[in-house]
Amino acid sequence: MSGAFRLAAGGRIDRAAPLRFRFDGRPYEGLKGDTLASALLANGMHLVGRSLKYHRPRGIVAAGADEPNAIVQVGEGAWTQPNARATEVELYDGLVARNVTAWPGVGFDLGAAASLLSPLLVAGFYYKTFMAPGRWWRRLYEPALRRMAGLGRAPAAPDPDVYDKRHAHADVLVVGAGPAGLAAALAAARTGARVMLADEQAEFGGALLSEGDEIDGRPALEWVGRAAAELASLPEVVPLPRATVFGYYDHNYLAIAERRADHLGPGAPPGLARRRLWRVRARRVVLATGAHERPLVFADNDRPGVMLASAVRAYLNRYAVAPGRRAVVFTNNDDAYRTAFDLADAGIELAAVVDARSHPAGERVGEARRRGIEVLAGSALTGTRGRRRVAAVEVRRLDPGGSAVEGPARTLACDLVAVSGGWSPAVHLFSQSQGTLRFDEARACFVPDRAAQAVRPAGAANGTFTLAGCLAEGLAAGAAAARLAGFGDGTAPPAPLVRTARDGPIRPLWFVPSGRPAARDGGRHFVDLQADVTAADIRLAAREGLDSVEHVKRYTAAGMGTDQGKTANVNALALLSQAVGRPIAGTGTTTFRPPYTPVGFGLLAGRDRGELFDPVRVTPMHAWHVAHGAVFEDVGQWKRPLYYPRAGEDMAAAVARECRAARGGVAALDATTLGKIDIRGPDAAAFLDRVYTNAWARLGLGQCRYGMMCGQDGMVLDDGVTTRLAPDRFLMTTTTGNAARVLDWLEEWLQTEWPGLRVYCTSVTEQWATVAIVGPRAREVLGPLAPGLALDNEGFPFMTLREAEVAGIPARVFRISFTGELSFEVNVPAWHGLALWEAVMRAGEPFGITPYGTEAMHVLRAEKGFIIVGQETDGTVTPLDLGMDWIVSRTKDFIGKRSLLRPDASRPDRKQLVGLLPEDPGEVLPEGAQLVAARPARAIGLKAGRPIPMIGHVTSSYSSAALGRSFALALVKGGRGRIGATVYAPLVGRTLAARIVEPVFYDREGKRRNG
Amino acid sequence: MLLIPCPWCGPRDESEFRYGGEAHIGAPANPGSLSDADWADYLFMRNNPKGWFRERWMHAQGCRRWFNAVRHTVSNEIAAVYRMGEPPPPAPGPGREGET
Amino acid sequence: MRRYSILSLARNALSHHQGWPRLWRSPEPRRAYEIVIVGGGGHGLATAYYLAKEHGIVDVAVLEKGWLGGGNTGRNTTIIRSNYLWDESAAIYEHALRLWEGLSADLNFNVMLSQRGVLNLAHTLHDLREGARRVHANRLNGIDAEWLTPAEVKAFCPIVNVARDARYPVLGATLQRRGGVARHDAVAWGYARAADARGVDIVQNCEVTGIEVSGGRVTGVRTTRGAIGARKVAIAAAGHTSVLAAMAGIRLPIQSHPLQALVSEPVKPVLDCVVMSNAVHVYVSQSDKGELVMGAGIDAYNSYGQRGSFHVIERQMAACLELFPIFGRMRMMRSWAGIVDVCPDASPIVSKTPIGGLYINGGWGTGGFKSTPGSGWVFAHTIARDEPHPLNAPFSLDRFATGALIDEHGAAAVAH
Repeated sequence: MSGAFRLAAGGRIDRAAPLRFRFDGRPYEGLKGDTLASALLANGMHLVGRSLKYHRPRGIVAAGADEPNAIVQVGEGAWTQPNARATEVELYDGLVARNVTAWPGVGFDLGAAASLLSPLLVAGFYYKTFMAPGRWWRRLYEPALRRMAGLGRAPAAPDPDVYDKRHAHADVLVVGAGPAGLAAALAAARTGARVMLADEQAEFGGALLSEGDEIDGRPALEWVGRAAAELASLPEVVPLPRATVFGYYDHNYLAIAERRADHLGPGAPPGLARRRLWRVRARRVVLATGAHERPLVFADNDRPGVMLASAVRAYLNRYAVAPGRRAVVFTNNDDAYRTAFDLADAGIELAAVVDARSHPAGERVGEARRRGIEVLAGSALTGTRGRRRVAAVEVRRLDPGGSAVEGPARTLACDLVAVSGGWSPAVHLFSQSQGTLRFDEARACFVPDRAAQAVRPAGAANGTFTLAGCLAEGLAAGAAAARLAGFGDGTAPPAPLVRTARDGPIRPLWFVPSGRPAARDGGRHFVDLQADVTAADIRLAAREGLDSVEHVKRYTAAGMGTDQGKTANVNALALLSQAVGRPIAGTGTTTFRPPYTPVGFGLLAGRDRGELFDPVRVTPMHAWHVAHGAVFEDVGQWKRPLYYPRAGEDMAAAVARECRAARGGVAALDATTLGKIDIRGPDAAAFLDRVYTNAWARLGLGQCRYGMMCGQDGMVLDDGVTTRLAPDRFLMTTTTGNAARVLDWLEEWLQTEWPGLRVYCTSVTEQWATVAIVGPRAREVLGPLAPGLALDNEGFPFMTLREAEVAGIPARVFRISFTGELSFEVNVPAWHGLALWEAVMRAGEPFGITPYGTEAMHVLRAEKGFIIVGQETDGTVTPLDLGMDWIVSRTKDFIGKRSLLRPDASRPDRKQLVGLLPEDPGEVLPEGAQLVAARPARAIGLKAGRPIPMIGHVTSSYSSAALGRSFALALVKGGRGRIGATVYAPLVGRTLAARIVEPVFYDREGKRRNG
Repeated sequence: MLLIPCPWCGPRDESEFRYGGEAHIGAPANPGSLSDADWADYLFMRNNPKGWFRERWMHAQGCRRWFNAVRHTVSNEIAAVYRMGEPPPPAPGPGREGET
Repeated sequence: MRRYSILSLARNALSHHQGWPRLWRSPEPRRAYEIVIVGGGGHGLATAYYLAKEHGIVDVAVLEKGWLGGGNTGRNTTIIRSNYLWDESAAIYEHALRLWEGLSADLNFNVMLSQRGVLNLAHTLHDLREGARRVHANRLNGIDAEWLTPAEVKAFCPIVNVARDARYPVLGATLQRRGGVARHDAVAWGYARAADARGVDIVQNCEVTGIEVSGGRVTGVRTTRGAIGARKVAIAAAGHTSVLAAMAGIRLPIQSHPLQALVSEPVKPVLDCVVMSNAVHVYVSQSDKGELVMGAGIDAYNSYGQRGSFHVIERQMAACLELFPIFGRMRMMRSWAGIVDVCPDASPIVSKTPIGGLYINGGWGTGGFKSTPGSGWVFAHTIARDEPHPLNAPFSLDRFATGALIDEHGAAAVAH
């Protein structure tokens, strides 16, 4: 038996499929089709948690996404899901859940001791105390508050599940598959439009799943079944159950979270993505998102057993669960009478319907009286009793103004209170789409007003609360949406026949007095159950001047919980408007923002995890580097070998060896990652003249030149060697990390400022692989590989290009050098990159050719004083600061030139590039170390007591095998005027001294590049 | 994710584009003749209206062409796109798409 | 001002909290003030407070178009730190941090400053160099700064993924232990209450629609509640700085962009520090309510819409899970956006303007919240003395003409 409170008949549960589950360690049984909440209720469990601040017992209130109380931790280990709503957790066999708010259990909760302090714990109490002594907040008060706060626990291990994403386009996206949504989808789909229909529940039908309505004289669920079947049969329709549309973004872009495996529990097939994120661009959207019932705010309205009237119907009709044995219905409207009828029909004793309206006269009221149900009109609940569950309620007469109760209290014994304060359309998505809302006095709710996108609300989401109205509006909205998307003529199919009860008006009732003096009333009238916010809290906020909606929300935390106030917000707003004496319409609402219900981080991240977080770019030679033990560094998205350690070598030893090879023998670098841009067109040279600081027009064919480009602010942007391949064609190289940015930069100027220039830029970075053969013996390696190529200084001068076959591969060979050594950079089509590399390594073997990585490259270039953009520069450095006046043309204009004439560009104390030789040649200054002009009186600690003026910082610093000592490059204020001076780098506990020198340390005459 | 109508390729997701800020700035023909203040004005000073804004986009993952758009900086409605060099259309009214 | 304390709380409990006064009076605006501050966020309110406290000027109105603290004050991720690279930035943010450290007591309002430490992770050799440079600079600027190895990062924040095989592994981190978070709304409310107590008029729902200038001097503002005369007008309206400046005919080097943020559902304590990463774009902390609070990247386009594009959030989450794989089953509960106004050098403008008596405080980009007390303090000085304090002199408007920019993104590139 799946619980003592399971009704004998009815419901959409499978009585042949019992499911075992555990809650707080105790075993229970439910049925397939149950939610965790319905299964708990079937077992008589209302009490599922304790409240946040006061640790009051709390029970299941709702039956869906609006549930504020029944927050549970589902599953264990890495699969554990914190903060699931029991009303949305589909039961599966073996489900394990526990409450998240009470310890050791919901029945006996030690935290309840906190309720003794409750008179102090009013809204915002923490702003008024815990201030002194200052450090105690962090050490004592805050940790205590943090332990009290929070609901479930984050998993302790990475999420083992996978999540997928899909893009989709829809002509019409219908959100919600209740009567209005199904009708809209049918009307739209019949036109042939591409229709998506998404609904958060496991099956279509919406509220009809929970009600006993009839359509065309038959149970409404038959109509639902036919509609779902018809939609499923249409090829252009995508039906999406278990799919919550949680975000409505600009330009009709909506995000849907589809649950695919949660309901299967451990039985889910391996590899099935747990959830799927749909990103939908919709031509038209129909929002048929239904409505949420509002509770009434009365004293002790938070006792377990007090439920929304519609939730009671859902448990009765959909899950065949009796939420109690003897019920009281408390309402201000006719709709809740349906609960009375359904309770009575299920054989549950009904103590009374307490109706706040003095003279309720709707059709259903009459029916209740005919059925012998006691209707206590003009009355209200003024309190509830019971320890862990409601045992009785007090009823008194409500005065016509609603501000007081009068007469004697009558006590009604009951274990279930079904409450309805009216309905609030689920306008969340409409509001997210930037549509405006207005308060409808007659229906006492906010309804959509003006749409801002291609969207139309329909049914209860639009404030239309009758089934007939929902169907008609849905059909019309679906047909209209299809027409606006280009399908059909907009004619709505005929609506099915539904009988509509003649309801009387609602009586808005935002606060139910309990008979206590007004000043003391409201402290146990809960408005937001999850945040433990009472009517008194709202009034306190207003009294203290925090009287805008947002202030109240932020001060009291109402509406800030995991339910985002679905049952609380309108009541809180109404209480505020009463407190400040403004109409609700003028008080405004808070803004609805995504998501409608919480969305998993894992789902949002999708597959972009681990290696797929960011694309990995590797060169054609990558496998060789891996096989030869390279240690890699990330440069942008590229993986570049940093160094190649041999057995027993640390990084310093490996780098020193690699450097020695380059200076003394021969070494090879995979330089493929350098950005390469093919620049073509009759005006290519003129274009380069404008983007580079130096002149290009007269560069000869096959000649290379180093170029530097600045931003418009005159600061160094990038550098590299560019070669003239033909009169109208250049090959530009860029730094590895800047390649895409430079291409964008060039294209931006060409297209937006200089459309008259006939120049085309093409990225060819991926098309070429580059091997730099470096060192005095480079010719001996390259010679045999390129027998047709003259390699001597006359036949192949420095800074020129030759085309030749290298290792049988057509190649471009550049005689350029980033190390100061004789060097050939051999470029071949990328496909041949590995073959070339291996050929070079073979050819170099007799000479001890040594592969070297980026660290050795950095050392070698620094020894020569060659800068690295991004290391010697940081966006605040001009070419002049680098001492590279020679590259800045005086005669022509170039991008950024004007900025170099600004006063700040010629300040004498600008930071300038210099070299540093540490006093101790064995000491390598830390890169990033700051420099001061005078030795500090004593060494600094983790912070200096008072600021010490800095004059610069170390940009690059290495131990040099060639120099036999340490050296560094630095940017120093007025540095060129300080050559020969000593500067100091204060480190923690010690201070290093260094002498300022010219920033070229090795082969100042530049002889070695010729071999 | 805005839907941006590239004048060359048609409507595409925003993630395919690069943003280029205010349109119609125009590099000065002779920067050397400008005062520091005028140069700073060109370099840094920008309109930043709350409302219709003429701005530049580049279809980076598509045709890689720069173009101009007229977009509302509150509603994000795009009233027009036009190619580089074409004159800007007149500023639209305050309207927005939609129906109720 | 009636003082707050545990005793006043207990006393009021006896009277069912009926006796608490308003935090501020909300008077009708007068026809004229000596100083009108436009913008009732943290910066504007702090400015008013320090005008009263430090300079004895109380003939001041703060005009807020909506509700106090409704702009970026109430929309940021509440991170506080002062470990900026450049001397000028470090000085003003450190000044702010020192004011933060005494703020609850000064305002008699608990702003819940929690100095739980801010980690800035390094993922590349470039990050390492920049991190080291910043640490060294911070120390010499008198700002606490530590460098942590990956193992030390793990010890300090055990849930950070420091695996070597991560796509961008953690190679180290800077740590400022005095950094942390504070309760953002409380900052606005606390300053408002304290300024009000000293006589400042705080006026909500009063939008400035024009700035009156006569003979090169400001004379007042037009508002939705009538004209208000003023000898001095100070703009502190983050996000809308350009819009207000345009009312006085001033163009600024500022662009307004959406900056999105989000919180998870609340969980029990799991993260007790602030973790930021520039390369893997994440900044996250856990609020006292238990929510993970994190920010996303700035949306590319100009906007005043207070909402951003969804793909930015998706990217943000992928980055978050790179650093915190255990957060895979956490759920985003609420997302929103603020409007940040950004200068070309990612540094603010706190400055006089070409118009006499008109002052601007804006362009803070992502640094606004953490600077609040310092910003208000120097802005008050600038307004009261009609000349900048040495701390904000470098952040003048004319730096864009001279070229003396303070390029925070060009350098350490530590956003937020």
